[in-house]
Amino acid sequence: MRGLLAKRTSAGPLDYIHQGWMKLTLGLSFVFLYSPLLILVIFSFNDSRRNIVWRGFTTKYYEKAWNNDGLIEAFANSLTIAFLCTIISTILGAMVALLLWRFRFPLKGAYEGAMTLPIVIPEICMGVAMMAFFSRVGWPSGLVWPFNLSAITIAHISFCFPFVAVIVRARLANFNLELEEAAKDLGASEWQFFRDIMIPFMRPGLIAGALLAFTLSLDDFVITFFTSGPDTVTLPVKIYSMVRFSVTPEINAASTVLIAITLVLTTIALWLQSRAGQKLGH
Amino acid sequence: MLGVPPGIWLTVFFIIPLSLIWLFSFGDKRGLIDIDLTWTMANYARAMDPLYLQIFLKSFWFAGITTLACLLVAFPIAIAITFAPSRIRPILLLLVILPFWTNLLIRTYALIAVLRTKGYVNFGLEYLWDGLNAILLFFGMDPSGLIGERFTPAPLLYNNFAVVFGLVYVHLPFMVLPLYASLDRMDRSYLEASLDLGATQFRTFLSITVPLAMPGIISGLIITFIPALGSFLTPDLLGGTDSQMIANVIERQFKSANDWPFGSALSFILMYITFFVLAARALFSKRGSTMDAG
Repeated sequence: MRGLLAKRTSAGPLDYIHQGWMKLTLGLSFVFLYSPLLILVIFSFNDSRRNIVWRGFTTKYYEKAWNNDGLIEAFANSLTIAFLCTIISTILGAMVALLLWRFRFPLKGAYEGAMTLPIVIPEICMGVAMMAFFSRVGWPSGLVWPFNLSAITIAHISFCFPFVAVIVRARLANFNLELEEAAKDLGASEWQFFRDIMIPFMRPGLIAGALLAFTLSLDDFVITFFTSGPDTVTLPVKIYSMVRFSVTPEINAASTVLIAITLVLTTIALWLQSRAGQKLGH
Repeated sequence: MLGVPPGIWLTVFFIIPLSLIWLFSFGDKRGLIDIDLTWTMANYARAMDPLYLQIFLKSFWFAGITTLACLLVAFPIAIAITFAPSRIRPILLLLVILPFWTNLLIRTYALIAVLRTKGYVNFGLEYLWDGLNAILLFFGMDPSGLIGERFTPAPLLYNNFAVVFGLVYVHLPFMVLPLYASLDRMDRSYLEASLDLGATQFRTFLSITVPLAMPGIISGLIITFIPALGSFLTPDLLGGTDSQMIANVIERQFKSANDWPFGSALSFILMYITFFVLAARALFSKRGSTMDAG
């Protein structure tokens, strides 16, 4: 019976993937999605400044980008901001997730709704609000590094931690409450239960959330654009000003580095999540 | 206790900034940076000026076309992934998601190289033109009358086409994921029954697949439309002078034009539209679920 069914579905009319037009659509879609990025990466190694024709392999634009002090400074700023943002966002996000998962309290709906606001409102609105806020409260500018990055970091945390909260909460939804009963029956205190059961259980969610926060912070342009000053430029803001000026292989090189970092981090996050999901399945 | 630090953070560094520009939107600009809170509605009235109303309409138009184009492109992708062998399904999904995680600015920049006058698309078109020209000459025909004296690059960048193309490129994954999520939950025996009873693939698609995937379609339309409407980078980098969207006007008010009250009013109009769309969706899904229950 099972073999019969399997045979039927493999040759059946619902087997769209094996139909030519479906393969073609899928293929064209991936060409549409990937060719601009592939071209960007390939031509960062092209030994020609203007031409769109391949003129041989070179890494000189990477050297040039590496020797461009402004670019390296912007990159260092981006990494610093992303690092600080990740730590604080993960802590705040985990707190929100635990609170919403475990407790009932008055105005919980309002609290939850407010926490999703930074995810849903248009980026431009958040950007200008942050710009107006920091200028009106007289936020100190021109401080020594890394304190001059505080405004951007704060703005990044505000939009990153709600995302962390969503991811960690999704993980908590799978928590087996019997584990808590067992721990408490065996005499664990609230703190011991939290430290020995909850934190290890939340770990994949925390790591995935932290990687997401890091990527979001590293990639953000619009909100940073409104909170950065002349001395506090991040990599995307720097790339933006270079793009406005002209299209050069140096930008391709800087972009390729940023793409590579994001890809590695995302792959790790997705892999961790799927591994955590598989563990639950067993 | 647990909720206090995040609550304070959100209040100080999110709610207060938003409240500030909400107050500014009722303010009067005095001098270079001074804003008097006079509870005037003048900034909102100015947003109804035909000049700005036209930009709002244009933003709706761009976001609308983008959303529909995404739906048309994403549906076959979602179907293909749903019915793909379970072994390659995660890979296909990953391939859809990965560009989504690539920096928005970089994806937009990548399109410039593809679309510009000396870009890859025009390069390809010129190659085709040369080929066609050679064929026509070979058959002794005069190509100048049919395809022109010489190749003229298609104007693909810095116009409305480039903006919509860029928006579709950037937002496609937003549409594929909810469509896939609802198609994956679909009970396939309905499709088999429909096909067994003699309906064509097309008829089955229209009468079975589309209605069953409706929650995913609605979600996809909304989560594509909202970010597309508030897009700043795509029209900024790919658009021409007449393809500015609402976010570009807001940016100008806060930077070069330095008219914060008006920029704040525009921001809040954009936010109200966003909330209205989300509320409509919530209402719709509630009605849908009570209909299912009944």
